[in-house]
Amino acid sequence: MAASKTNKTNLTKSWNRWAVVFLMPQTIVFFGLSLYPIIMSYVYSFYSWDGASPLDDFVGLSNYVELFQTPRFWGSFLHTIYYVFGTTIIAVGVSLILAVILNTKQFKGKAFYRTIYFLPVVTTTAIIGVIMNNIFGVNGLVNQTIQTIGIIQQPVPWLSDSSLAMLILIAVGAWKSLGMNMIYWLSGLQSIPTELYESAQLDGAGFWRTLFHVTLPLLKPILAVILLLSIVNGMHAFDLVKTLTNGDPYNSTETLDLYVFNYAFGGGTDGTISRMGYASAAGVMLGIFTLIISVIFGGLNMLTQRKSNKHANGRVI
Amino acid sequence: MIITNKTVKYIIHALLLVCGFIWIYPFIWMVLASVKSNNEFIMSNNPLPESLNWDNYTRAWIDASFSGYFMNTVIMTVATVAIVVILSALTGYALGRVNFPGRKAVIIAVVGVMFIPKGYTIIPLYQLVEQLGMTNSLAGVIVAEASGAHTLFILLFTSYFATMPKELEEAAIMDGCGFVRTFYRVMLPLAKPIIATTVIMQFIWTWSSFLIPTVLTISKPELRTLAVGMQNFVGQHSTDWSGMAAGATISLLPVIIVFILMQRYFIEGVAGAVKQ
Repeated sequence: MAASKTNKTNLTKSWNRWAVVFLMPQTIVFFGLSLYPIIMSYVYSFYSWDGASPLDDFVGLSNYVELFQTPRFWGSFLHTIYYVFGTTIIAVGVSLILAVILNTKQFKGKAFYRTIYFLPVVTTTAIIGVIMNNIFGVNGLVNQTIQTIGIIQQPVPWLSDSSLAMLILIAVGAWKSLGMNMIYWLSGLQSIPTELYESAQLDGAGFWRTLFHVTLPLLKPILAVILLLSIVNGMHAFDLVKTLTNGDPYNSTETLDLYVFNYAFGGGTDGTISRMGYASAAGVMLGIFTLIISVIFGGLNMLTQRKSNKHANGRVI
Repeated sequence: MIITNKTVKYIIHALLLVCGFIWIYPFIWMVLASVKSNNEFIMSNNPLPESLNWDNYTRAWIDASFSGYFMNTVIMTVATVAIVVILSALTGYALGRVNFPGRKAVIIAVVGVMFIPKGYTIIPLYQLVEQLGMTNSLAGVIVAEASGAHTLFILLFTSYFATMPKELEEAAIMDGCGFVRTFYRVMLPLAKPIIATTVIMQFIWTWSSFLIPTVLTISKPELRTLAVGMQNFVGQHSTDWSGMAAGATISLLPVIIVFILMQRYFIEGVAGAVKQ
């Protein structure tokens, strides 16, 4: 018995050693390629630095001070808010309707519709941007079509009018992400036990009553998660904004992460010099804004869940 | 829930079909435009092409160097997917099967890194790749692409390996398999569904990646990927509309095909992500 025990501890020891070996590669990647860049992204923000010369001009918080005094930065912040709320309201709302339809029993062609509406999600955003830039161009497909039908005489300047360009950006962003939200909703809907529907039917509740009194209340916890994912996703819309409008006209669709990119790699406003330190500070602010929103939604989520738990407990008693 | 009314059902089907057609019309338009001549593209209102002009593809493939972009994208994607699958399977196995001291701390680190607010990490990544001397080959792009914390995949592998019965392991040890052989002969083949999910999701992400390859190939046009190379059509080649459509078709077709063939795994992965 003693022998088998030492055997076992030996085995545990060798297993623990192997576990460490298995963890090694990911650990190196984690510290070297995940954590180190995160830390350095903060460090750079305290320097005045062009990316090429040595990192020796420590300027403290002055990048941040300049950032807060720059109207273009706040403008891009505002555009990000527009984009985030626009895409979230459309994509999360409409996808719920789709998901409820596709979750109904005995409805044919579910898989087909799911594939169709999900398709834009998997396609390359940077290429969608170029295609949509063409479709909404002055002589593009949309103008051609509505001119042929005869709704308008003059082509609509979809992408060269500031408010229209923002609307197009939001519409394409919502189109691109709607399928993702549909899948989230479907996975929430499928977690609702079918007995609940059956008992609602026995109670004589029709489609709408079941929807408003059974389905939607039970989806509340997942709504918070979907909203959060959609918002965080919308904060990082670089691929689409860069390729569809590139911030035009006159920076009126420039979002935060495009602003950061323009200063880091595009020379900013006044020409050729990359301002890596300043861009890093803007990047940190983007990260902090995202965190604040996540914390608010995480908190809301916990609150609603605690409330519904209490509710459920009360009912049992 | 059940929709009982037949008429309502038909109306819903009609709506879904019409909206669905508009929904994917940009892709249909892209494919149709890719076989039109440039003249026809600008002048004609007819959505269908008069004749098939395959030379748009030749132009995109050879003159606009999409052959190079395509190869670069394939190499970048395959290498990144392989690295990510290996890393997350190894990590998931150690976390799921071995109760070593410090296991909890590792899991907290894997999940916690998602919640750290990140600055503009592409700048330090770029610097790092430069210091490693990798800017002259695709290796730099691949390293940067594989740099994530892979939290979702690690958690998927961990929970999958954790649910496998102990008897499997004991039988393997009885047969004289060590830790490593048990892993790749017995356990890994059983984790096929998770491997498939990881491969599909990472494939689609990497194929579509834009910021990292843009930044890392800023002075190296010959290393550019499809998503980056496509931007040529916005500026200097901006009159070649049907060439643009052909290039877009070359870029999007592989992901669309992979998605349609393997969508079960992709959708399961996405649904898994929201539950985590």
